[in-house]
Amino acid sequence: MTIATFATTDVELNNEGFFVHPEQWTENMVPELAQAEGIEELTDAHWTVIRFMRSEYLAKGSGPTVRVLGKASGVPIKELYQLFPRGPAKIAAKIAGIPKPRGCI
Amino acid sequence: LHLISNYSERTVAAMGDAITKVSIIISKGSLEGVYPGLIMANGARAEGIEANLFFTFFGLDAIHKARHEHIKLATVGNPGLHFPTFAGGLPGVSSVMTRYMNHKMEELDIPSIPEFIEMIADTGAGLYACKASVDLFGLEKNDFIPQVQDIITVGEFYDIAAGGQIIFT
Repeated sequence: MTIATFATTDVELNNEGFFVHPEQWTENMVPELAQAEGIEELTDAHWTVIRFMRSEYLAKGSGPTVRVLGKASGVPIKELYQLFPRGPAKIAAKIAGIPKPRGCI
Repeated sequence: LHLISNYSERTVAAMGDAITKVSIIISKGSLEGVYPGLIMANGARAEGIEANLFFTFFGLDAIHKARHEHIKLATVGNPGLHFPTFAGGLPGVSSVMTRYMNHKMEELDIPSIPEFIEMIADTGAGLYACKASVDLFGLEKNDFIPQVQDIITVGEFYDIAAGGQIIFT
């Protein structure tokens, strides 16, 4: 467990860097969270994915896998990997302040 | 900001032993022979791990334009199926069992083999066919789906696989 500061607020992260308490997350932390994941410039498409991750988590209790993301977010898989080269569902979940999505496919 | 950089350093240090690259060989042409390698490749990409798929021998059917929609479950010589081999060999049994299995997988939202391979190519994974097997079966580049990048020798495979883990299925 680690304490990190985003948008001047202290938040608790687990060993992999995911939010322990998703309710600590706010949208104005997103630019700094993205930067910590190597994303310098946040595009509208990034925001679409991040907001979709967040809303899926709030509705269902877990974030979607890449396949679900590709089918339901409106952003095709090829583009998802261009936006988040280090793993779209995993990295977008980190930035959206939700737990790592679980699922094999 | 100081805390953020601390956190990044710690994550990198903890990830020193992490797998960063895999090369997965698919050598079998049955449903249960093809899926595991595809799931591992797709899962690797989802984790941000570099992945390459190398299709050899009957595994080539998985990227064969005319055959990849018709990959069947092995109903003979497959003790894990708990189905008598003599019955598994009857005409049509393999097709029926395959349809049943595909239906079960569809319920779990597992993509079909052609859809899955297209998806894996979209994740940026490399798809390659083994030259020795292609020659053996009298095939050519045109017989394969367009996502296949190249037909390569075993030596070229090792070049591509360098610096990563190799998984044989």
